[in-house]
Amino acid sequence: MRNRPSPVLYIFCAVLAVVVLAPFAWLVISSISPSNELTAGTLWPDHPTLARYRDIFTSSAGGDNVAGTFRIAMLNSLIVASCTTLISLVVGSLGGYAFARLRFRFRRTTLFAFLAIYMLPPIALVIPLYLAMANLQLLDTKLGLIVTYCSIVTPFCLWTMSNFYLSLPIELEDAARVDGCSRLGALLRIVLPLARPGIVATAMFGFLLAWDEFLYSLIFTSTTNAKTIPVAIAEFTGKFSSDFGLVAAGGVLAALPPVLLALLFQRYIVSGLTAGSVKG
Amino acid sequence: MSQTQTKPATAGSPAPRQKPARPRPKAVVVRGEGKFAVFLLLPAALVVFGVVLYPVIRTLLISLYKVDSAMPGSYPFAGLSNYTKVFSDPSFYPVLGHTAYFTLVSTAVELVLGMGVALLLNAPLRFRWLWRSLVVLPWALPTIVNGALWRWIYNGQYGVLNQLLGTDTQWLGSPFLALNMVIVADVWKNTSIVAFFLLAGLQTIPAELHEAAVVDGASKLRTFWSVVVPLLKPSIAVVLVLRTIEAFKVFDIIYVMTGGGPASGTQTVAFYTYLQAFSNQLFGYGAALAYLIVIAVGALAMFYLRILRQNQLAGV
Repeated sequence: MRNRPSPVLYIFCAVLAVVVLAPFAWLVISSISPSNELTAGTLWPDHPTLARYRDIFTSSAGGDNVAGTFRIAMLNSLIVASCTTLISLVVGSLGGYAFARLRFRFRRTTLFAFLAIYMLPPIALVIPLYLAMANLQLLDTKLGLIVTYCSIVTPFCLWTMSNFYLSLPIELEDAARVDGCSRLGALLRIVLPLARPGIVATAMFGFLLAWDEFLYSLIFTSTTNAKTIPVAIAEFTGKFSSDFGLVAAGGVLAALPPVLLALLFQRYIVSGLTAGSVKG
Repeated sequence: MSQTQTKPATAGSPAPRQKPARPRPKAVVVRGEGKFAVFLLLPAALVVFGVVLYPVIRTLLISLYKVDSAMPGSYPFAGLSNYTKVFSDPSFYPVLGHTAYFTLVSTAVELVLGMGVALLLNAPLRFRWLWRSLVVLPWALPTIVNGALWRWIYNGQYGVLNQLLGTDTQWLGSPFLALNMVIVADVWKNTSIVAFFLLAGLQTIPAELHEAAVVDGASKLRTFWSVVVPLLKPSIAVVLVLRTIEAFKVFDIIYVMTGGGPASGTQTVAFYTYLQAFSNQLFGYGAALAYLIVIAVGALAMFYLRILRQNQLAGV
């Protein structure tokens, strides 16, 4: 395997690059094409315009103002996904440690119960959750979404963090304990700092999970008070299918946070997946 | 759900299985571990089970009643009739067929393409980070944006696909073609994650094994089938089951690309459940459908957990 790769592989790489990038390019091009050129069938607009982005960032929300709605929805998504990630990461990091290092009754059963919940299809829970949210007056609120999303993201954080702890050497904790550190102290002062790469990867995956969620948001939100960006985009895709330009601009902005995160933490993904799945 | 899940844990291992080779001062440390575990797990358990347990039970109850918006207040007990109705519902079988087709085809194509991409990314290429970053991109694109984008690419009048091919096909205009075009969009996005799973597996295979195979005079294809694939089996199994579960639950991309149409041709089980519960307001029937999905996903998940346990036994 140490020998140089054949040039054929680079041809495959080039094909891969085209297949991956072409749809992205088309999204960006559509977002800067004026409406008349969008429907005229030009591959590159003669008069590219950033007007849609300006509208999204400046226009007021409310009524049928799609651009303004996109901005608010994106802000909602940022708040909901960040809070969800933070809560899930904290409770998941603590719980994950229990699974990785402690021997207690029903350990496996509890772990599988968390995993099973992660795999439950949202459609199976959404009917009664809707009724419960209505009773608690949490419909169309960001808090309602955060609570719901935490139930999806927490099992995931628990699982990946647990596997990450397993990959850390246990000797350091034991040494700290011998030196008089309490169990919790060893976790907070020794284990968590060591687990930083795992925490970063888990946070990234958790954020993406929450950012991408659609069904709960579709059913629980109705106004710009809590509507998230996937729902806003889905709604306007149906309504204004020929003015794709604005949907495209919203799509570019909606794709930015997850794409940047994924690029930034790309090297964690493979190790995160190894820890998160194969090791079990 | 929790019922189905406790099974593999208790049935398979009557005694709690200890991890081998982790020497530790048992007499001192084990005492109080249970309490500390409860302390650590309580917040997570509250967050998760607090939200999920109630709906799981409530869905089961709703599925046993005839609940629809036409009769507010009085909900007659329906027994299992919502469940039997599913199987006598003539429009359910095509939906099941679409779901099976979507799941099988998308998972199979993603596995084959993903394997190719993983092998490519595992080669000692120059600018490795660049190719890997490239492959990450579709996976990071939100599902709804992906769906909206492909719907626009396929647009019969203005779509870039027709412009490039010089055709005027209504790609999402006929049922079977539309289903396949949705699969293409799904494959474009999800091959990435399959590739990364397999790449993670490939990286655990020591290079010496390749070298040994080369020394033994094995061809590249032979090495792949006889050395790589067997060692990659756990990764392949895990990614297959995960993708199968995901594909079986597919909803978002159907919602935004076709809305289940044309002529119900792209309706999947999850989408059909959504329609029955929220468009037709048949909550009891929707809940029964939802529970059947839970049972199906539960079966898949048990299979998945069994694979994980086997991996652990094999020391992977």
